[in-house]
Amino acid sequence: MGMYVAFLAVAGLIVLAFLGVQAAGLHFLFGALIPYIAFFLFVIGFAYRVFLWGTSAVPFRIPTTAGQMQSFPWVKSNKFDNPSNGFGVVIRMALEVLLFRSLFRNTKSEIHDGRLIHGSDKWLWLFGLMFHYSFLIIFIRHFRLFLENVPGFILIIESLDGFFQAGVPFVYLTDLMLVAAATFLFARRVLLPQIRYISMAADYFPLFLILGIAISGILMRYFIRVDITGAKQVIIGLVSFQPAPSAEVGVIFYIHLFLVSTLLAYFPFSKLMHFGGVFLSPTRNLANNSRMVRHVNPWNPDVHVHTYAEYEDEFRDKMKKVGIPVEKE
Amino acid sequence: MYNGGKIILGLIVFIGLMAAPFIFGLGKGNAKPNPSIDTPAIKAMEKKQCVEAKAVMKTEHMKMLNDWRDSVVRDGKRLYVATDGKKYDMSLQNTCMKCHSNKAQFCDKCHIYVGAKPYCWDCHIAPKEGA
Amino acid sequence: MAKLPKPSELAKISLTPPAKPWMDVVTDIRQGMYCHGAKAKNLAALELPNARDFKVAEEDWQLPEDWKETVLNGIKERLEKFRTFHVFMDICVRCGACADKCHFFLGSGDPKNMPVIRAELLRSVYRKYFTTAGKVFGKTAGARELDIQTLKEIWYYYFQCTECRRCSLFCPYGIDQAEITIIGRELLNLLGLNIDWICGPAANCYRKGNHLGLEPHTIKSSVEFFLSDLEDITGITIEPTFNRKGAEILFVTPSGDLFADPGTYTAMGYLMLFHELGLDYTWSTYASEGGNFGFFTSMDMAKRLNYKIYAEAKRLGVKWILGGECGHMWRVLHQYMDTFNGPADFLEVPKSPITGTVFDSAKGTKMVHIVEFTADLMKNNKLNLDPTRNDHLKVTYHDSCNTSRGMGFLEEPRYVIKSVCNHFYDMPEDTIREKTFCCGSGSGLNASENMELRMRGGFPRANAVRHVHEKHGVNLLTNICAIDRASLPPLMDYWVPGVKVAGTHELVGNALVMKGEKERTVDLRNEPLPGKAGAEGGEADV
Repeated sequence: MGMYVAFLAVAGLIVLAFLGVQAAGLHFLFGALIPYIAFFLFVIGFAYRVFLWGTSAVPFRIPTTAGQMQSFPWVKSNKFDNPSNGFGVVIRMALEVLLFRSLFRNTKSEIHDGRLIHGSDKWLWLFGLMFHYSFLIIFIRHFRLFLENVPGFILIIESLDGFFQAGVPFVYLTDLMLVAAATFLFARRVLLPQIRYISMAADYFPLFLILGIAISGILMRYFIRVDITGAKQVIIGLVSFQPAPSAEVGVIFYIHLFLVSTLLAYFPFSKLMHFGGVFLSPTRNLANNSRMVRHVNPWNPDVHVHTYAEYEDEFRDKMKKVGIPVEKE
Repeated sequence: MYNGGKIILGLIVFIGLMAAPFIFGLGKGNAKPNPSIDTPAIKAMEKKQCVEAKAVMKTEHMKMLNDWRDSVVRDGKRLYVATDGKKYDMSLQNTCMKCHSNKAQFCDKCHIYVGAKPYCWDCHIAPKEGA
Repeated sequence: MAKLPKPSELAKISLTPPAKPWMDVVTDIRQGMYCHGAKAKNLAALELPNARDFKVAEEDWQLPEDWKETVLNGIKERLEKFRTFHVFMDICVRCGACADKCHFFLGSGDPKNMPVIRAELLRSVYRKYFTTAGKVFGKTAGARELDIQTLKEIWYYYFQCTECRRCSLFCPYGIDQAEITIIGRELLNLLGLNIDWICGPAANCYRKGNHLGLEPHTIKSSVEFFLSDLEDITGITIEPTFNRKGAEILFVTPSGDLFADPGTYTAMGYLMLFHELGLDYTWSTYASEGGNFGFFTSMDMAKRLNYKIYAEAKRLGVKWILGGECGHMWRVLHQYMDTFNGPADFLEVPKSPITGTVFDSAKGTKMVHIVEFTADLMKNNKLNLDPTRNDHLKVTYHDSCNTSRGMGFLEEPRYVIKSVCNHFYDMPEDTIREKTFCCGSGSGLNASENMELRMRGGFPRANAVRHVHEKHGVNLLTNICAIDRASLPPLMDYWVPGVKVAGTHELVGNALVMKGEKERTVDLRNEPLPGKAGAEGGEADV
């Protein structure tokens, strides 16, 4: 159900952009206004969401410890899966954000003949990593179209990405990997019963959207080619605040741009905020040193307690009878 | 605990990165690359017409060159019949570069602008230009 | 009470969820899978709202008129108070990595026991009332109304979570269902929707100092009962003190160790060790509970119960505090106590009077785990040990969830166990240390009316024990948790008959060669030691 809603939504967006540009000629709307609004929503929305999380307190220091804690010098501790200081936390977070440490730990449990069998399962980690890194490299690559003078490092990334020099223009490995990984992520949502059960429209929508972006990009580069020089002029126009969306650049470019705009605008309102949230997760970004350094709860409440005096008042006679010392005889 | 400082710092970095293209783009005009067709051979042409129409050449020249290469190198076929019926020798140096003898002022203009790095000149010898 | 099905029946588990979306399925609150509702007197004793006797099986849970507002305001308040809650409500991508990590899902196949869905039960309500997408798109955006069905469903499944944090270990963003369950239970407690197995002990603990409601003279007589047993076994007279001012160390352990086998044997181990060391320590009858069932009610309640430990340490003027073997007790002591009721600036940094080791890792809280303390003694060769006295035991070790994933206390217990017994076999890698499986009865769920739930929840643990039982002949499951000592014996009897359960210090007590002791012929359970004089035959294999 959620899958169909999401598919129709993305298909609708594509049709909308096609009709809007091709039939109605709304180049300025799709080529300037919407991208600006989307970008604004993304940056402000993202920052606002993170800010809101920041206004929530961290009352307790509760890292999920994933290895031996620091204790005696003769016990080998796991400094990064169970960090006891800030440096360890930085490494733990880097491993988490850059290498998906927790997913790498993933296991799969199945029942065979009334017995539970556990085994390692790294597919999600592998394709998840592939998906995110492809996306990142593609994002960076696109800066050749955002900056008038293309910096050398972007050209290097690009030449590495097109290393095999297959096809013309060279096929980017990341294009293939992004599509493959997104397809994998989609396929597991459809094929694995547990994952299908937990998936909602909000899970399919970004996948379809990103697949739509990737495919429209690939079409634009290899199949329904657009004048890349003209495309860059539209983009440079945007970043230099002199928008001049041109009708000479093919409609596929505007569809691509519209899908990207949708992704940007949708981002802060969605689960995609895990990008910001992963940095703020108190089970990962705190050191396991609660017994060494006191953690202060900003709203530490005054609570009603049962004092020793009240206790002794109730049990004094019984205590005296068995020789337990008391404060008041 | 709130860790407000770290969050604000992170957000500043985020906004800074997002704003970077705009900061670089600010104040700069949108200078179009202007590939020059000012060569003796083109000047001498009666009707200034490439192998195919200009719009087609813009988006398809890389594919055409690739097809030409494959056709010549693999099949030994050198004859290209254009949409308008004209026949051309499939040759980068003898056909394309004959007119567009100004690589720096023609090819490179757009290629540098969009950061494309064609590998034509890995094998072919790039024309030496005086101008 | 619902009849508990046979193991062979219970093991017929399908982990394939049905086709029908979870939101369209009305939850059947099934006997055997839940605990009795909290009683009025216990709710009242803890000054909790809506104190009345409520019966889970009855339609009417006697909620206050404005219950919905109360919950929604409670959510709003907690979004501001807990960044965990706020972030965890927002960023789940439903990747499903947690799905097959939960012992309750693996043991029941009930898809709403997948941590992600357990979170969604509450997240769907959050979306409806606190997010734009949820307000606009409703069910399509995974949002739903908070109605009585939803509330009951949250109650049912939030008391089918033992807050073990195994899901959190595997989550790429560290989303911790334990944290969501803790907050969900706080919300339920705003309406008086606790279970009596939590509320009763907490009420006991508040007034009498311990979960079992042992009064001071009873605590003393329980300990004296162990002492007379120990005198029979070792020939040594031990004289511990209670509420003694000026002792160097205050000893706090879960009251379960004073009450029932096999925890009592662990307590005997403590007594023997302290006596042998000549430790200047005291028990307290006021702070007579290491565990904290308040933690399963609300953070405030946890703080109210935890208060006694520092208060008593201050009153008695001790230098530092030693804590017994217990799981959630140590999560609270390690991750919460100093924040709740610290700073403990009236205490000194713990230093072992025997070895001189300074426990730097506890320099703030000033509370040391007894297994740390004992491991240090062993490392420094301060104990005379005869591990052959445990030769009749083939031992494996169950890592408690809380000490593993809320502390990282993995090697010290193994070091202690290996020092006192010759046959140790770890369970398979994916089921121990930080990946350990829950006993199935943690977080206040070790009642008797929910035995099916407990046997299901403990299935993954039992399954791993069965593996080493069959492969190596393991006959003893050790642990460092009072709830384990109470809950694992029935679990073993049900799934892996022939495996007994013991605290780590029971084995220490067995192996400890005490000055002036008579020759031991029986172990702490009064069972004959194989190969020793007086033992009947050499085979005591279970």
